[in-house]
Amino acid sequence: MGYIIIITGFLLVLIGLWGILSQKNLIKIILGFTIFDTGINVVMVSIGYVKGKTAPILDIISAKDALKSVVDPVPQALVLTSIVIGLGVSALMLVYAIKLHHDKKSLDINNFKDLKW
Amino acid sequence: MIVAIAIVLSVLTLVGAFMTIHSKKLSIAVISSGLVSLTASILFLLLAAPDVALTEASIGSGLTTIIFFYALNKIRQNHD
Amino acid sequence: MIKKILIIGLLAGVGLIFFNLLQVYHVPTELNNKLGAYYAENAATQVGAANIISAIVVTYRGFDTLGEVTILFLAASIISFVLKVRKEDIVSDRFTSPNSEILIYSSQIIVPVIFLVGIYIFINGHLTPGGGFQGGAVIASGVLLMMLANPSMKVSHNLVAFVESISGIAFVVLGVLGLVLAGGFLDNRFLPLGEFGTMLSAGALPLIYIFIGLKVGAELSNIIGTISYNQNEKNS
Repeated sequence: MGYIIIITGFLLVLIGLWGILSQKNLIKIILGFTIFDTGINVVMVSIGYVKGKTAPILDIISAKDALKSVVDPVPQALVLTSIVIGLGVSALMLVYAIKLHHDKKSLDINNFKDLKW
Repeated sequence: MIVAIAIVLSVLTLVGAFMTIHSKKLSIAVISSGLVSLTASILFLLLAAPDVALTEASIGSGLTTIIFFYALNKIRQNHD
Repeated sequence: MIKKILIIGLLAGVGLIFFNLLQVYHVPTELNNKLGAYYAENAATQVGAANIISAIVVTYRGFDTLGEVTILFLAASIISFVLKVRKEDIVSDRFTSPNSEILIYSSQIIVPVIFLVGIYIFINGHLTPGGGFQGGAVIASGVLLMMLANPSMKVSHNLVAFVESISGIAFVVLGVLGLVLAGGFLDNRFLPLGEFGTMLSAGALPLIYIFIGLKVGAELSNIIGTISYNQNEKNS
């Protein structure tokens, strides 16, 4: 099962990268970034997965044999941070997209040529 | 059994991601990205990470989709 | 055309890297990561929290959480700055069709329950899955339902600023208290650890998580409130 999910994560990263590189619409590019984000999170959590072990919450497991019965808690704590920051970043990108559309009346990335000469 | 569930969810996730990038309508794309987050949260649950699953379901799938829709609404209001 | 070939080449290259990474990956049957093993072994005795992830997020790597909350705060304030709404720009007499009665009346019943669930999630963060970030997101979705039911509602900036700054200051003050009275910044052992697995355990960890939850809830509500304003673009 670890294999299936880690392959899914890698494919999600590739699909997100494809979206970022190939799309013209700003909203589509931001959606590509969120897919990329989800893919990386899936890969990180599946790296911490240990076969046949349970979640790192000591309700039924006693604290003494926690080491023998839980999966790796470190990637999960990192991904927890990453998801919340992902929301902040995508909201920020959307706000800049709204502002750009407000100025140029367009969402096509080929119309923004202010830094091109 | 769990492996079969994981395969089905993985396929669903990848189809959602493909739809997100490929579909012409923006609203369908946003809904598909919400689907990707939702199925990814069930994948996290299968990987014994209930904390991450809860976060992904509430933040990644709920709030992100709504923020995208508010942004689309604002852009449409600006357009005319 | 050349662009497409470049994109396909780049994707193939990244895919090749991933393929090579996948070949050395095999699903482990033992917990090999030394840091993870240390946390799994000592979280119960050192921190006293049943949820090891909460122990890592709030105590062991609490400084990262402070940075994360700061990033979220910065994102929220940049969003408010970019989408600045002046008083005269707010369209108050814009025609909006009234919402359905089912949405309005059921939201009055459901919103308090959503707030209660959010508070439950972050109060029980040290015992069950969940914590400040999830509870804050649930509270923000309650605010969102209120705004869907009543589109002319505004998220009160004073209330958001008050809750946000008070909980931010309390978070840092609790961290400094840990530095003064116990082992280090954000150490939770200046309060008694209590009995393992009960509500009043894990020292100051539930207290810190409550403040994180309030702060995150206020920030996310602020982001949603700012991005959903109806702005009259002719005046701006």
